[in-house]
Amino acid sequence: MLGFMPLAAPAGNFSLTRLWSGRLWGVLGAAALVLFVVVPIGNLAVPDGSVFHISDYAVTLAGKIMCYAIVALAMDLIWGYTGILSLGHGLFFALGGYAMGMYLMRSIGLDGVYKSNLPDFMVFLDWKAYPWYWSFTQHFWYCALLVVLVPGLLALVFGFFAFRSRIKGVYFSIITQALTYAAMLLFFRNDTGFGGNNGFTDFKRILGFPITAPQTRMALFMLTGAALIGFLLLGRAIVSSKLGRVLTAIRDAETRVMFSGYNPVYFKLFIWTLSAVICGIAGALYVPQVGIINPSEMSPANSIEIAIWTAVGGRGTLIGPVIGAAAVNLGKSWFTQAFPEYWLYLLGLLFILVTLYLPRGIAGLWSKGR
Amino acid sequence: MHFSQVPLPENSPIPDSQISSKETGISDGHLVRPGVDLSHGGILYLDSISVSFDGFKALNELSLVVDAGELRCVIGPNGAGKTTMMDVITGKTRPDSGSAYFGQTIDLTELTEPEIAGRGIGRKFQKPTVFEKHSVFENLELARKADKRVWPTLTATLDSTARDRILTILETIQLAPEASRLAGLLSHGQKQWLEIGMLLMQEPQVLLLDEPVAGMTDDETMRSAELFLTLAGDYTLVVVEHDMDFVARIADRVTVLHEGRVLAEGSMRSVQENEQVIEVFLGR
Repeated sequence: MLGFMPLAAPAGNFSLTRLWSGRLWGVLGAAALVLFVVVPIGNLAVPDGSVFHISDYAVTLAGKIMCYAIVALAMDLIWGYTGILSLGHGLFFALGGYAMGMYLMRSIGLDGVYKSNLPDFMVFLDWKAYPWYWSFTQHFWYCALLVVLVPGLLALVFGFFAFRSRIKGVYFSIITQALTYAAMLLFFRNDTGFGGNNGFTDFKRILGFPITAPQTRMALFMLTGAALIGFLLLGRAIVSSKLGRVLTAIRDAETRVMFSGYNPVYFKLFIWTLSAVICGIAGALYVPQVGIINPSEMSPANSIEIAIWTAVGGRGTLIGPVIGAAAVNLGKSWFTQAFPEYWLYLLGLLFILVTLYLPRGIAGLWSKGR
Repeated sequence: MHFSQVPLPENSPIPDSQISSKETGISDGHLVRPGVDLSHGGILYLDSISVSFDGFKALNELSLVVDAGELRCVIGPNGAGKTTMMDVITGKTRPDSGSAYFGQTIDLTELTEPEIAGRGIGRKFQKPTVFEKHSVFENLELARKADKRVWPTLTATLDSTARDRILTILETIQLAPEASRLAGLLSHGQKQWLEIGMLLMQEPQVLLLDEPVAGMTDDETMRSAELFLTLAGDYTLVVVEHDMDFVARIADRVTVLHEGRVLAEGSMRSVQENEQVIEVFLGR
């Protein structure tokens, strides 16, 4: 777009606005081919016995990991580029998940254990009708709106007061951590009306399609893949815009940004809210694929893990955190089967090693980046 | 638009209505200067400003008037309140009492830092503060006067006028060969110049410069003196500096601060001969 080149400038740092190079577009094209052609054929068309068959387990795992990758991408926008470490991003993810979960619970209809119009947990609590905040949740469009609005508004209000009060650094991180913890305690209560510690599960269908059917699964998988690619491109467009340069400038010298005439509060609020909304959408894609949402998604440890994926992949690179989320979670699904009790130690060790020896993460191994 | 070698600000003589959106790239209220009223010749008015930190009076009934277009040097021993004075003018510190006006009408004590910057007061910090992970070119691009709200920033593009402007400033601060380098890789003196260049990109009316030649080589210091002398008149400059030779070379008028108030004011010569000033500086 800007292509400023009047001086004999060395290539490299001279990127004002430049979307990805041809090579990276190639990688993206290959990823799309795998997501939308190879996996669907391998899973649905190739028979079970064949070596080319892709199992349902693999598809679900990949779908789940792509949801995590979207979250890591959102984290990179706020942490990697803007320098604000959120330790509460699990909350936005879970809220998006719960909003989608409400629709899925309503879609169970009379097929629950108690054959009631109400979800089983409400029957169990002896409730006679849906509480007011469940109104309209039988409509998909309404829940889709909640997926965006609930995390978005919470982030907007919380962010406004936090940024306006100039809460920064570790203080901001601790408050976000407390926020997700408080929400977890709230959602653990049965009276809150979201199923207490069991959360939502036993979904039967989505938009009329049986939720466990291979075709439904594949549709959700491809939708998640499309969302991941879409958010990568959106993120790239943002960080290569002038606004993206302001965000990085806020990270590096916030007072200079202020004295240059930008009000950092609104720039932080913009990227913070966008990041929360992206997390909410990831959560909404996650729940129908995994089949459950409960308050443990809001546990502080989950939010810390998101930060670890991002750090392992490489902050401020967008593609890095996607790789980081995939690498750590693939490692996790193998390791938690082999040595379940040691996973958290390994995760902690990984974080320390990456911080010490790979400060720019996996992505730092390839690109010079910035 | 044509820019001469030394960039001229769209300054006071131009009525507001003529600062059109076409010319400035600004579409509405937020950043268009609501004409700094210079009808009485003064551009900065500080009137009995007091600021105290935990009982320590950093500024004690400080009163100071700076005329439009002058090059004012502010000197004084450590802790005299020089930096605090700049903090008050730029909105970083709110005074406990007293008033601070930009022109006749703009009350600086009621505006935030970005608002004051947008109205036309630029500030260079004592420690050079640039965006180290951005190139020199990008640093200037970010500082450039424009609509600096979120959405216009997201959709901003760099037109040829803006690019020419950046190139002009690059020449002025003699960093054209470094345009594509990361600002973090510049020498200390170059960073100082880049920061001054960023201020010029903001097209301010007042430049507050906190120790602008600290850490510069003799050659760089001399070139800075030349630059400031060319800028004076078109801009109002307030320079805080310890280097007395430098001050003697550039100053129209010198203000001596001591213990949070003005001790003396006048030409360099008159100030140097002032009994009280000699006492404070020589610690008799």
